[in-house]
Amino acid sequence: MRRFRNPREIRATFTRRAALIGAAELAGFALLAGRLYQVQVRQGHHFARLVRGNRITSRLIAPNRGLILDRFGVTLAGNRQNWRALLMVEETANATATLDRFQQVLPLTAEERAHIDRAIVRHQRFIPVLVKDFLDWDEMAALEANTPELPGIVIDIGTTRLYPFGAGLAHQIGYVAPPNPREVAADPLLALPGIRVGRAGIEQVHEATLRGRPGQLRLEVSPVGRVVRELDRQDGIPGPDITLTLDAALQQSVLGHIADQSASAVVMDCTNGEVLAMASNPGFDPTLFDSGVSQAQWHAWVTDPRTPLVNKPCAGLYAPGSTFKPAVALAALEAGTLHPTDIVTCPGYYDVGNARFHCWKKGGHGPLNLRGAIAQSCDVFFYETARRAGMDHIAALAHTLGLGVKLPIEQPNVPAGLIPTPEWRRRHGHHWNLGDTIVAGIGQGYIQVTPLQLATYVARIASGRAIQPHLTRAIGPTMQPGAAATDWPALPTSDTFLKEIRAGMWSVVNQPGGTAPLARLDLPGVTMAGKTGSAQVRRVSRWVREHTNFDSANLPWQFRPHALFIAFAPYDAPRYALGLVIEHGNEGPQTAAPIARAIMTDTLTRDPANRPPSRLAANIPP
Amino acid sequence: MSEATRLIARPPGGIIGKILAINWLFVFLLCALAACGYVALYSAGLGPEKYANRQALRFAAGLILMLGLALVDLDRIRRAAWYIYAGALALLVLVARFGHVGKGAQRWLVLGPLQLQPSELMKIALVVALAAWFSRADWERAGKPLFLLPPVLAILAPVLLILKEPNLGTAVITLVVGASVLLAAGVRLWIFLLAALTAAAAAPIAYAHLHTYQRNRILTFLHPERDPLGTGYNILQSRIALGSGGLWGEGFLHGTQGVLAYLPERQTDFIFTMWAEQFGFVGGAALLLLLLTVVAATFAIALGCRNQFGRLLALGIAVNFSLYVFVNIAMVMGAIPVGGVPLPLISHGGSALLTVMFGFGLVMNVHVHRDDPLDPPLI
Repeated sequence: MRRFRNPREIRATFTRRAALIGAAELAGFALLAGRLYQVQVRQGHHFARLVRGNRITSRLIAPNRGLILDRFGVTLAGNRQNWRALLMVEETANATATLDRFQQVLPLTAEERAHIDRAIVRHQRFIPVLVKDFLDWDEMAALEANTPELPGIVIDIGTTRLYPFGAGLAHQIGYVAPPNPREVAADPLLALPGIRVGRAGIEQVHEATLRGRPGQLRLEVSPVGRVVRELDRQDGIPGPDITLTLDAALQQSVLGHIADQSASAVVMDCTNGEVLAMASNPGFDPTLFDSGVSQAQWHAWVTDPRTPLVNKPCAGLYAPGSTFKPAVALAALEAGTLHPTDIVTCPGYYDVGNARFHCWKKGGHGPLNLRGAIAQSCDVFFYETARRAGMDHIAALAHTLGLGVKLPIEQPNVPAGLIPTPEWRRRHGHHWNLGDTIVAGIGQGYIQVTPLQLATYVARIASGRAIQPHLTRAIGPTMQPGAAATDWPALPTSDTFLKEIRAGMWSVVNQPGGTAPLARLDLPGVTMAGKTGSAQVRRVSRWVREHTNFDSANLPWQFRPHALFIAFAPYDAPRYALGLVIEHGNEGPQTAAPIARAIMTDTLTRDPANRPPSRLAANIPP
Repeated sequence: MSEATRLIARPPGGIIGKILAINWLFVFLLCALAACGYVALYSAGLGPEKYANRQALRFAAGLILMLGLALVDLDRIRRAAWYIYAGALALLVLVARFGHVGKGAQRWLVLGPLQLQPSELMKIALVVALAAWFSRADWERAGKPLFLLPPVLAILAPVLLILKEPNLGTAVITLVVGASVLLAAGVRLWIFLLAALTAAAAAPIAYAHLHTYQRNRILTFLHPERDPLGTGYNILQSRIALGSGGLWGEGFLHGTQGVLAYLPERQTDFIFTMWAEQFGFVGGAALLLLLLTVVAATFAIALGCRNQFGRLLALGIAVNFSLYVFVNIAMVMGAIPVGGVPLPLISHGGSALLTVMFGFGLVMNVHVHRDDPLDPPLI
């Protein structure tokens, strides 16, 4: 800053600078005036051409919803064209009169009419109101013939969601339904006729991607509502297609194998976590939600004991039963409290204090090492192993393997399940007993896992990598990360121990004395490793067990234990993992093992992971 | 010293003398603007009840506030300058913590029936504080950078707080208003050049920190047709309305776009569109000229003041007012991103009107006390 000697100089400087600022402001206002001239007079003629009284209206064009495809490009959710009649509120002088005349041509129910009247009041004027959709040729012809009496009525082509696989993929893909008033209030674009919002599965999770962006049509409209001319048009941007990791053909065959059960099955590529099939039986018809579900249908769904609306692979919670034993063994091995060669002798029961825990085999298995114990699923061995490992170690390892944690699968409302710990019991005001640890050793008690967690768990044991299950392979032409095995870090567990567990699981299926001979593959040079499990849903008292000829197969269906199976194959070079839960299937070895064998046989024969994904192989969108 | 004695020999003569010294032409100009606002609000509300009458009442209250403020001793204002500044800054902090959230931003402080937008008050308080600082300048020490540090900090503190609200438009206006007071006070030009270069270098980093809606505004501005029914809808409708106004306008209450409610926020941010659609380019340019006249009158008051405090104060408020006008009108024509800035004295809304009138009250005060020898003796 320069030095001022007197007030005069200060004032002189101020005056000069003020003149500078004033000149800048003058220039600014001149620019404004110039711009105003340009907008109002020079460019204005574009609008001034309008005959006095004509108006310009904007009409929104709804974007097409992105498709959902399987890994080979098969459409899992598509769009079907749908002719419909719309009312352009701002293009008619009297909407009520137009609708009254419309009703003389095509009848509307009182309910429909009330709905339309509400929509006219509620929405902004440039949003068209849906009057009637799914028009057939006769109805369209009737409307066309009466156009002069129906100002503001426009016949328009919209789209409806189509699900070629129907109930078979209803849970995973989800469904669409009209947005609710709260959503419309938050985003007025949802008021566009025919806009649907994903309500479950992939449709819900990828809603923002699939929806796309609306376009706009600008029209000149006469005072009576006739469209005089189209001024300009921007087409909407359709939502990009989403390619899933699923293989629709494999999904179909998996569904076929569990068709007469209330069951779920997850087939996963254990090298990268890609979910190839995720079946939930029974399903429901996803298209029903679009038009509205009838009361009777809804009642039938919610009262069905086989729970068709539940997405069982992701949200069904079950005790893992004996399928949990490999995790218990690995926890003890990692903790250093069990050595692979340790021998435990099973007398058929296990005493802790004055409580006695039974092995499933009356009379016991005798002396067993780890492999033998997994193969024969000896309860006593795992009671002892669980005691040695301690519940905290078991829980930590189960979490590492994907059990009892919320998996980042692209499905809504995925529960975490539960691996109980002493700390968790304390939080709920209870004391943790050693007996709780013993029971956890055979996957009973408080433990709750989902079939997807079981599949993830076996996939991690098989690959030794901390893969995460996922369903999205590509969005538009962009591949999503996670498709390569190297995208996933190695598990923090010892390889030697994992090999030991895998060997035990191989013996389950392939060695005499193993619990699942029914799961043995009939393919040349390929073997499968697995583990059976049964999860009680009702406590069987000791008295009943010891004094009656108890057989759970005689129980009513809803009290029978769940049958579980986890498996991976080929044993030598693991590629596919399977988690299978047959609700109330009674015994894993009898019910679940043969189904697991069938599913794995189909998977290995089809080998989806090694088929070139046709559309993406070229990596060019069609 | 001879000039100083001459000034002291001519003190303003009491309260009557002050009232006589009021610049009634300036008052008339403001009333003319308010009358234009009444007409525009009349058409926006299709009658006087909805907006126009209420706004007229507010203007009357604002006029009383302004004239009352004009009679306060200017020196008292100068001595209170930093207290006013501290108070406004405290309100800004308060709004950041407890403010009412509207349209994704915390801008409003609700005090009973009164809704206050402290960022508006802040700009005036900043001008008062900066004017006070430079009027007391010890010019021998003024060349040192340490002397410039307090005013620069005084500008940056509210700018950052307003940015955090977030309100990009007002933050930029505050910055420019502060800078112009510094410029008028005689801070060297190369310092501004340096600051401008630094700002240009920092712009990409700042962009990365902008809120999504602010980025959308900038992107919509660059491509107005990018999002015709989202953020671009307002601008597009506004431009259609302006275009249909043409040279002579569609006539009072005959603007189709505006009157038929195609135009959103037509009583606040887009009031100029209402005006220009009905009265055309001729009417729009006339309103612009009237606004420019008010700015010019404020400049004249600044130049006619004999003390540096009054000069800087009036100039800062003139710049503030004209930036308001510029940003609002450029916005409705789609020339700069939408900023939520009303058109002073025309738009509907009490808070903005009262702060504008508060500012003009200070200007009037400067005019009344134009001959006061406030500035301390110079070394």
